[in-house]
Order: sequence, then C-alpha cells, then structure tokens
Amino acid sequence: MKEFSVLNHDMVPEHILLTEDEIKKLLAKYRISKGHLPKIKTSDPVCKEINAKAGDVLKVVRDSMTAGKALSYRLVIEG
Amino acid sequence: MASPKRIKKIKFGLLSPKEIRKMGVTKIITADTYDDDGYPIEMGLMDPRLGVIDPGLRCRTCGGRPGECPGHFCRIELVAPVVHVGFAKLVRKILRSTCRKCGRLLLEEPIKKNYLDQIKLLTKLGQPCDDLVKNVFRDATKVNLCPYCEEAQMDIKFEQPTSYVEGGHKLMPADIRDRFERIPDEDIKIFGMDPKNARPEWMILRVLPVPPVTTRPSITLESGQRSEDDLTHKLVDIIRINQRFQENREAGAPQLIIEDLWELLQYHVTTFLDNEVSGVPPARHRSGRPLKSLSQRLKGKEGRFRGSLSGKRVNFSARTVISPDPNLSISEIGVPLQIATELTIPMNITSRNLEECREYVRRGPNNHPGASYVKRLDGRRVKVIDENREELAELLEPGWKVDRQLQDGDLVLFNRQPSLHRMSIMAHEVKVMPYKTFRINPAVCPPYNADFDGDEMNLHVPQTEEARAEAKILMKVEENILSPRFGGPIIGGIHDHISGMFLLTRGNVTFDKDTALELLKKSEIMDLSEPAGYENGKPYWTGKQIFSQLLPSGLNLTYRSKMCDNCKICKREECEKDAYVVIKDGNLLCGTVDEVAIGAFAGKILDRIIKEYGAVEAGKFLDNATRLAIRMITRIGFSFGIDDEDIPSDAQEQIHDIIMAAEERVKRLIEAYEAGELDSLPGRTIDETVEMKIMQELGKARNQAGDIAGHHLGMDNSAVVMAISGARGSMLNLTQMAACVGQQSVRGERIQRGYADRTLPHFYKGDLGADAHGFVKSSYKKGLSPIEFFFHAMGGREGLVDTAVRTSQSGYLQRRLINALQDLEIKYDGTVRETRGQIVQFVYGDDGVDPSKSDYGKSVNVSRIIQNVTGEEVMGGKSG
Ligand SMILES: [Mg+2]
Ligand SMILES: [Zn+2]
Ligand SMILES: [Zn+2]
Ligand SMILES: [Zn+2]
Repeated sequence: MKEFSVLNHDMVPEHILLTEDEIKKLLAKYRISKGHLPKIKTSDPVCKEINAKAGDVLKVVRDSMTAGKALSYRLVIEG
Repeated sequence: MASPKRIKKIKFGLLSPKEIRKMGVTKIITADTYDDDGYPIEMGLMDPRLGVIDPGLRCRTCGGRPGECPGHFCRIELVAPVVHVGFAKLVRKILRSTCRKCGRLLLEEPIKKNYLDQIKLLTKLGQPCDDLVKNVFRDATKVNLCPYCEEAQMDIKFEQPTSYVEGGHKLMPADIRDRFERIPDEDIKIFGMDPKNARPEWMILRVLPVPPVTTRPSITLESGQRSEDDLTHKLVDIIRINQRFQENREAGAPQLIIEDLWELLQYHVTTFLDNEVSGVPPARHRSGRPLKSLSQRLKGKEGRFRGSLSGKRVNFSARTVISPDPNLSISEIGVPLQIATELTIPMNITSRNLEECREYVRRGPNNHPGASYVKRLDGRRVKVIDENREELAELLEPGWKVDRQLQDGDLVLFNRQPSLHRMSIMAHEVKVMPYKTFRINPAVCPPYNADFDGDEMNLHVPQTEEARAEAKILMKVEENILSPRFGGPIIGGIHDHISGMFLLTRGNVTFDKDTALELLKKSEIMDLSEPAGYENGKPYWTGKQIFSQLLPSGLNLTYRSKMCDNCKICKREECEKDAYVVIKDGNLLCGTVDEVAIGAFAGKILDRIIKEYGAVEAGKFLDNATRLAIRMITRIGFSFGIDDEDIPSDAQEQIHDIIMAAEERVKRLIEAYEAGELDSLPGRTIDETVEMKIMQELGKARNQAGDIAGHHLGMDNSAVVMAISGARGSMLNLTQMAACVGQQSVRGERIQRGYADRTLPHFYKGDLGADAHGFVKSSYKKGLSPIEFFFHAMGGREGLVDTAVRTSQSGYLQRRLINALQDLEIKYDGTVRETRGQIVQFVYGDDGVDPSKSDYGKSVNVSRIIQNVTGEEVMGGKSG
C-alpha cells in the first residue's frame, strides 16, 4: 500500500511543474526574471513529493473566495 | 564642513574615570560663573573652553562659531566618591553576590563556567542574556560562605535610594569602590558586563563629567540679567559642597560632620542625575519649582526621545473641538473665523488675479479674507501689517506670491485620531463661521467615528496646486461614501436622520401645500409633484411623495426594510407593516424609508444612487435627505422621557407572575438536581446540565416579560420608533428599562465568583437559586436592589475590561499589518509587487476588483442589471 501523500490532502492546492517553455512565457508575460517570483523551498513536503529541484517553477492552483480559482507561480529554491 | 558619516555600530558602556579625565577639556574648581564685567571665569562652569553660545565669539577649544562648535565636556574631581543613582540597584545586586573579602563571585568554579559558556553562546547569537544573569544574581545571593576564601558573608540591606548597610554598619561609597575593584574580570563577564567597557567600580563616581555649555545655555532676560539653566544651578551646588567637604577634611573635622557633608554631596549628585528618585526630596529652584535633571530631559512623553526626536509637528494645521451642524453639506466643514485668519494659502500673482490679491493685501492680516505675508520676486518675505498694507498692495506685481487667509470654498484635509482607515482623513470645503468649534454634518460622523462629547479634530491646509488636486480627486467626502472594506456606503444618515425619515414615509402621512413646501425648503428641490388627492377642496401630499422629490428620476429599486419579519409568504405591496419598499422611476410607491435605506453602513437607496448616478449625485441626495429628515423631526417634536417606560399595572403584575413562576421552576430544577433525579444532557455533566436548564428557564422568563412590555409600548413611543427604524437602541434596551433587566453574566456564565461556595454572604453556601447568581428581576425604571446592583456592576465591568484589552491588541495588530504592507503597490499589469519588484500576488485579490468600486465585493450585480432592463424585480442574492 502506498504511503499517505500530501497531494491528496484537502488543504493542499494543486502544484504543477512548468516546462522550460512555459517558464519562458510566464517570465515574458510579467516582464520579470525568475528571482521576482514568490519562492518555495525544496524541503517543502509538496516539492519532495513531486520531486521539484531548485530552479524549477511550480504553478499553484488555489481555490479563491473572490475568483473561484486563482493562479500563482513559485520558484523552487534550495532549502 | 565635515561630511556626513555612516554609523556602523553603537556601543554602550560606562565611562571610566580615566576616560572622563581624557575627554574633559578642563577641571572645574570654582562655583563662580561670570566675573563683574560679565566675562566667563576660567575653570568655572562657563569656561570659554566648554564651547560657545554667545553669537560673535569663537570656541577656545575647537575655534568653531556658535552652531558649529558641538561643545566640550569638562569635569569635577569629587573629594569623595558617590554612588550613581541610575546604578543603585545593580550595585546592590553585585554587593550581595560577591565576597566581602576577596571580591570574587560567590559561585563554585564549575557553575561559573557553565554560566559563562551560556552567556558567550547567547552573545554570539546576538540574543539578550538578561534572564540568565538574573539567575546568576539569584544563585549567588543565596551563598553565605565564600567558596574561595571561606569568609562568612553578611546580609546587606539596601536603603533607598543610595545607601547600603552591612550588618548594622553603613557601607561608604569608598568601601564599595574598593570592594568592586577586587572583582576579577572573569567574574564580571558572568554579570553580563564587559570588563573592558564597564567595570562595576565605575558605577561609583569619583569624577563627574560636566556637560558643555551648549547643553545648558544661559538666557539673558529682558532686564539684562542672566538666568542660568537648571543643570548649571545643580552643578554650582555640587562644586560648593565639594569645596566645603575638602576644607573640612583638611581641617580635620570630626567624622560626624564629614559623613554629613558626604551625604549632602551624594544628594546633589543624585538630584543632578535624576530629580525624581523616590525617597529623595526633589531639589528646588528659588521659586519653589523642582529643577529639571538630566534624566527628566530624556524620560517620558515630552522627553528628548519621544518628544523631540520621534515627535513630528506640522505647520498649516489647526485643532479644536467639533460640534454638529446639520445645515452644512457633508462635504463642508465649518471653520472658526479665528482659525481662518491664522491659516494661509500661497497664491501666485498673475495678471489675472492681481486685483484680487491686492484686495487681500489691502485688507491686511486682521480683517478676515486678508493676507499675512507677501513674497517678492527676489524671494524676500515681507510681513503684511496694518502700517504697510496699503503700500504693499500697490507694489504687488505678477510673479510675487501672497499668503492669503483661508476662505469659503478652500479645500482642506480633516482628520480624527486614531486614523485607522483612509476615511479618517477626508477633504472638505471650508465654510468660515463664528464661534470656536469645527462644525461638521453629523452624517460624516461614522467614518471618523466621531461624536460631540468633547472630541477634537485636526485640520490641514494643502499648500500646493498638486496637493489640492490630489485631495480633490481622491479624498473628497463624496469619493469616500463607499467603503473599500465592503463596497457599500459607510457615510449615511444617523440617529434623527433615520427617525425623521421613518416618521415622514411610514404609512400615509399627509401634508398640505404649505407644510410640504416648508419640509422641502432646505433641500434644493424646486418643484412639487401632483398632489395625492384633495380634502375639503384643498390639495394634500403624502410623506412618500415628498421623499420621492429627492430621488433622481429613473431610479428603480425593490427591497425589504428593517421592519420586515421575513414572513414565509411575503405579502409584498400589501405588507401591513409597510416593510416592502418599491421605488419606480424615482417614486417611492410603498414601504418605509429607514436605516436600511439611508443609514451609514447600510443605505440601500444611497448605495444605488452612488452606483448609478455617481458620487456627486449621492452627496446631493444625502444633503437633501438629511435636511428633510431634520425638518420633519423638528416639526413633529421628538422626545423621550422617564414616563415613556411606564406600562400599565396589570402588565406589571403579569411580568411579576412570569418571573415568580420561572423562579418556582428553577427551584424545582434544583430540587430534582439535589435529589439526583435530573438526567444529564448528552456530552454534559450533571452540574453543567442544571446550570444550562436554569439559564434557559430564566432567559425564557425575561423574554416573556419583555414581550409583555413590548405590547404596551407602541409606535407613539419615541424609543420604539428609534428601535424599529434602526436610529438608535433596540427593543431589548427598552424592555430592560420597562420590564426586567435579566441575567447578568461574567464569561458567559451566571455569576459564580465571590466567597467560598457563594457569591455574597447574603446567601447560603451552595445556593443555586436565580437571585444568588445574578438574575436581576427589577427593571431599570423600577430600580435595582443593592445585590442586583452589585451583580450588574460585575457584568458591566467585564464589558469595559474586554473593550480596553481588545482595542490595545487590535491596535498593535493593525500597526504590524500596516508596517508589513505599506510599500506594496498594484502595478499596471494587475500584479501586487513590493519595492524590489518581487511579486506578492499575481492578480490583486485574485479577481483584480477594487472593493470600493465594486458592488458589495462583487464586480457585477447581475440582478440589478436585469431589473434595470426588464423593470421586473429580481430577489436573488443578498445585495439584489
Ligand atoms: Mg467622543
Ligand atoms: Zn568648541
Ligand atoms: Zn572570598
Ligand atoms: Zn415582509
């Protein structure tokens, strides 16, 4: 039997790893560099679970009171 | 000139006698300050080497002029050492925890090492070691025998403020100093002190640093007499006693006299440092005023730190008490003439306003719309006075500037503390008025959270065109009717506005032509609609019609008013309470206008007008509506008195019976509980169950009593009108006055605290009855018995304490939030970023909606659009 996964928890929003291409588009859209994104540490349980490495970018889809679904992006950093 | 330096770090420590001698430019030996010719005496307290304060002179030490020279310290060599009051407590602690013979810390070597390691670790981590040091002193004080030289330690008594007695023998400061000198450096580190920066013996003063004259400048009175600073006076005292001490000692005076003089020297040094030490009579000026010591200059709200360094003061501002004026517009503010003559606005003179400016200058500074200063082309400012106003007016030419006095129509910022949200500062138009208070329309009280029980408010006058433009666009009262918190109106009618509107529009009140016109007189309404009908050949109008005159044509709205009982089947237009409001094309067809329609924080009609017709129209509506309401309520005459709480005697009997019956039931409950016949409720103990059942029983009784009283208080009762319309108070308040106050509680329970097993000695132990635990049978009208009164005070106190605690906590939370968020900005791409460009939110609030431009938080109100298009009522969501 598989161990408990944080991804299945109700309170944990959906995290999706972006491809290099998607990252490029994202950075172009907001005219920013990776460093301007909010951060997430590699030690974060979700990062461990989906095996995200420093330098990756995650798309986070959260439930929102005002907008239904809200998109956010986080840069994975060492830690 | 010296260039500004960057501060890398600040180190605090004690001044050693060596350092004091090194930094002092001279020794002070004489108490005289100036000689007969008015020149400062060398080696006196005003020695020219201490710096300069008189203009035209140069400093003898650094050569600087006044303002350049920072001043230079000097010193007084004390004949005998004295204790520094600021360290008296620490001196005591160190005395008690070190050996009286060898001076070492009274702790075993391994314990010392352990403490030292912990302190070193904390210092390395940059954390305070105060708690640890407290333990060191606590442990060392308990030791009675020195672990190193086996000397028995004696008890040391501390007598406020600076004397120490060891086993009946007084310790002189010299003895203490000797003892401290024996403490090894390693032990000092365990006290949390750095022996290189602060040796304990430096807390006993041998040399007193004398602050430079720039810190204690003398002032020349108009009579030409010099008046010295308090610190100088104190220093003179110290030097005199010091000299007398020396003379006596050299003459071989008896020990008793020496000790007296020593004590006196200690007193003067103490009061020089701190003149508010408990147990020391404050040193006084000749006039009897206590002298201002060094510590008083720094301490407290008006001290150097809080008063001078973090304090900010501002020009072009005024503050006074506020009072109401319902005839002012919500966007106006009544400014007292006195304030208007003081505050100014700079005007640039052009060829177009030259004549206007001339007129201001001609009127001078004391004749209200006048001017106080003109600024010439070369930048020189000339004060306008009665003597030169005529000539100055003729000299004016384009390019000059005139500071003209505040006048009607000027835009100013108005503010009330605590400024918790942006509506705490709004822009108003000035209306100069007689008397001494700021006047505001009571409808703008809610955003400021102001009332008129003595509240004061501040006024600021923007000085530039840019500031005025910004204020006009962003801060006008009309622009702030909608709250950014929930997207609904925060400004609106209060109290009498609501009562008045309610009385005007409820049912079918009719008015003849004269009355109708009189009611509308102050509201800017130019015509009256067709009459509702004729009586005895004379036309009449209904209150609803009169109110409709204020509504913009084309306004459609349907909602249920505050009175609505939310009946299962709503009778709509036929509602017998007139609670169903229908507005079609700007006409109130049915329903009553109350708090839900025009009140602050509610205001459905107001909300609809602002969202469909804009802020200016809404402001006009509010002005008109409040004026109409005030006219109506003054016309009726609306008052409330003690006999409004009277209810018939048979009703009083009924209430009495209900309460007696409830008490009887409570008694039976208690009997059942004591007999063990009571079944406990699921999840509750038997004790909790009986408490709950008693509370339930008594609560029911109070409600029944209230209902009976309510039946006898009708719409002819002013308090009922206020409660039902939502103007002020509630039916609960009213029935507490008329029928029964009810259960008093502390922490949500019946009152339990007090004596052992009972609340008061008037009851038996273990009494569970209603009156033994704070049930108040009486009404406020009837009056409370002493015991009831006591319980009532307990319940009331809890509320007071809660609010006090809550405000301080929420205030701090607010501060932290503001500090964390103040630099965030919404960029043009909709993202929220901080100053470095880091993204905080990808879309502001997830939906990118500005709540103050929204419809109760939603970007679109669908039902409103449908209603406007089809003309059909859609009772969908809450805001529909
Ligand atoms: Mg007040
Ligand atoms: Zn100098
Ligand atoms: Zn010893
Ligand atoms: Zn209804």
